[in-house]
Order: sequence, then structure tokens, then C-alpha cells
Amino acid sequence: MIEHADRGPRNKDEIAEAVAADIPDGSYVNLGIGQPTTVADYLTAESGVVLHTENGMLNMGRAAVGDEIDPDLINAGKVPVIELPGAAYFHHADSFAMMRGGHLDVCVLGAFQVSQDGDLANWHTGATDAIPAVGGAMDLATGAKDVFVMMTMFTKSGVAKLVPSCSYPLTGVGCVSRVYTDVATVLVGRDGARVSETFGMSFAELQSRVDVELRRLDDEA
Amino acid sequence: MGQTKIFSGSAAGADAAVADIADGSTVLIGGFGTAGMPYALIDALIRHGAKDLTVVNNNAGNGDTGLAALLAAGQVRKMICSFPRQTDSWVFDALYREAKIELELVPQGNLAERMRAAGAGIGAFFCPTGVGTPLAEGKEVREIDGRTYVCEYPISGDVALIGAYVGDRMGNLTYRKTARNFGPVMATAAKITIAEVRRVVEVGAIDPETVITPGIFVDRILDLGTSGQHDAKGSDDAKGPDDAKGPDAKDWDAKDWDAKDWDAKDWGVGERAS
Repeated sequence: MIEHADRGPRNKDEIAEAVAADIPDGSYVNLGIGQPTTVADYLTAESGVVLHTENGMLNMGRAAVGDEIDPDLINAGKVPVIELPGAAYFHHADSFAMMRGGHLDVCVLGAFQVSQDGDLANWHTGATDAIPAVGGAMDLATGAKDVFVMMTMFTKSGVAKLVPSCSYPLTGVGCVSRVYTDVATVLVGRDGARVSETFGMSFAELQSRVDVELRRLDDEA
Repeated sequence: MGQTKIFSGSAAGADAAVADIADGSTVLIGGFGTAGMPYALIDALIRHGAKDLTVVNNNAGNGDTGLAALLAAGQVRKMICSFPRQTDSWVFDALYREAKIELELVPQGNLAERMRAAGAGIGAFFCPTGVGTPLAEGKEVREIDGRTYVCEYPISGDVALIGAYVGDRMGNLTYRKTARNFGPVMATAAKITIAEVRRVVEVGAIDPETVITPGIFVDRILDLGTSGQHDAKGSDDAKGPDDAKGPDAKDWDAKDWDAKDWDAKDWGVGERAS
């Protein structure tokens, strides 16, 4: 485990870059809407990573601009994109078979909460006046071989989002493997929460601010 | 059974194509956001006025056109979808908050697979998606080879309204890019499938290797094109000159796509796939 206590927390770009660095070359990857989309900015062509968008495309390219914009060619966020050489289109049942059938290597999602066991809550706060919407989050969380989460470690009011057990409605059970936050990268799952790096705070300070019992990643090496 | 009927892209043609949709029908409507949404058929369904409809779509309308207009017309009793809430879903949002519409929320892949099951004659299937979440509550659960699955039932339609690219009189369809989305699945899952296409070509003009939806699944085609390449013989309403006021192939160029979503989302939470 590495403590980067002599610098500030990571910004969003640094988090995206860290996620990209951990995606194995040649992976089939689905990036969630919002901040996870920015991971694509740090994936090189040489990496051979192929982006999947669940509305029915593999080898999706960047956002379209100007004359490239085609209303028939959008990503899951409904943003016009371009196709890369070798792209493929398919219908929704095939697209979700790719996830559910274990063909998708990595997906990157945002989260309200992640538990130390890797449970994910990212679709609904449970507020009674909220209109629920789930989209493909459950399918991705359950189907992708590896689920990476990008989030801030704390809410604006300072409450930790890495929790012993999620209080918000679940998206998936035991599905998350890695959590990338501004102040730490944490591996979660059956072995509990193991911190690989901290940013802007020490391991001890991080431990003092979350209810989850943390371990240093190299403790078990 | 038999050949697919071709209807001209005029308003009258579209009206004829949807004329027998009954009150209380379940209508599968293709499209992901606005890509692949069958605007001309939806507009005709609004003019037709069928009510108490159950509508299946990934979303619950964007802006004030298409599915959103059908909701605004008060014709829909229940929406079955995965992602109703979007930056431009104000029509659905208002109806939902006033308890004027029911919502069945289904994970996106389950929505597709439940319709695929209906079209393929599958009675039910065990699916891992949603296990341990509120969307699986009350459903039968089974452990198979050490993994937990939830029992999901098919969703079939009385009618499917889909948008495709090119069609022929056999009913064969091709699609264009990500506008394909739910179209091929919905086409299999309804008693009557009606596709609106940008143009109809002669039988044989579509390379059989490139047919995406075979004509056996397609009952009616609304020809939005202005090329008039199809043969009118044997169809009810094929030859009429294209109505300048009717749906135009150019329409799709002008449609708004949801650019705002791009900026509005922050960390992707609660805003996953739409």
C-alpha cells in the first residue's frame, strides 16, 4: 500500500486515469454515463480496449462533432458518437447477452454506496418522491466480469460512501471489485476492504473517517 | 400470414396501418431515446385515439414528441420501461407524480430478454440480473450450479410499432446503426408488427445475408420514403403520392437528441444506462 499523504486528493481526471491504467489491454469494456465516460480519454489505441455501449454497439468511438453527428448513432447516454473501424451493431437482447453471458471484461460505474463485500447501490436513493430508473445498471453490475466504481469517498456532508452494508436499495450483490475515489483506491469483496493507495490523507486518517474495517493491501502479500 | 402489407407514408397511410389497435392493447414501441422511435406510427396512434394502453419502451418519452406526445394525450395507462427519468421526460414525470400512470420498472436487459422470450416461445427463464435487489422482490428464486437466479416471465405485445431502415414486400427489414436497438426483438414479440421504414425496395433488392428481421415477423410496413420504388399491386394503400405533410425521411435529421444529458450527469449514479 502506498500513502500519498503529501499531496491533495485526486481530482476527477486523475481518478479516470487511474481506472484506465488498471483496465487490461484488449478488454471489452462498458463505461457508465457521466464521470466513468471520461475513462475513455485515457485509453490508448494501442491498448486494444474495445468499448461496448449497451444500446447496441461494439468499438464505439468518441463523441461526434459537427458533420459527424448522426441521430441514428448514439451511446447509452444518448450522446452522438462515431464508430471505429471494426465496429459492430446488434440488438438489445444480444447486447445484454454480452454482459449476462460473461463476455464483457470490465464495466465502470458510479455509486451512491459500495459495501466492503462489493455490494453496489447506484440506482435509487429510496426517497419516496423520486421516480425510480434503473436502465442497464443491474445487468452490468451482475454480468460484467469486473465492476470498477468511481466515486468520491464522502458525500458533500462528509458521510462515507464505502460502508459496512449499503443502506440504499441494491443494484447488485458482491459485484464490485475495485473502488476508485478521490482519497483512496480500495479493493472490496469477499476478503473485505483492502486499501492499495491513499491520496491527501494517511491510511490512519482514512480509517478514522469510515466505518468499514480497512486493511492495507500489502498486509496479506 | 402471407405477404406483408405496405402502407404509404402519408398520414392516411399511417392511420390505416394502425386502425385496428384496440383499447387496452399492449403496444411495444421501439427506439432508444429518439433513435429508432417510430414517430409516424405513434402520431397515427394518437390520431386513432386508442386508450388504456400498456406501452413497453426503454424510456418514457423525450421532449414533447413521439412517445411523450402519446403519454400527454392520456392514452397510456401503464408504462413498462427501464429508464423513465431523463432530463427531458417532463411529460411522464408529471403524469407519474399525479398518479395518472402506472410504472413497471424492469432492468434494461431483462426488458429485452423478456420480449425475446415471448417471441421465441419461452414460458419463463431464470436470470441473475436483479437478484438481491428490490426489483426481484416477490419473484421465484432458484439456485443453479451455485448461482442464484430469479424467474422472469415473457412480455408480449398485441402490437409492436418499430422503426427500421429499409424494408421489402416480404417484410424483411434492415436497420441503421444504433437505431436497431429493440426493433428486432419487439418484432418477434407481438401479434401484429408494424414497421416504419425510410424506404421500401423491390423484393430481392435486400441482400438476404444482410436481412436483420426476416419478414415472417413483420405484418405491415409504413413506407416513409419518397422514392416510390415499391410495387403498389396487392397492397391496400401503397401507391398514393407521398403526402407533403406526412412524415418525411428528412425528419430524422432534425430530431433533437438529448445533448443535455451529457453535461447534466455527474458521477453516473442513478443515471446509468438510459
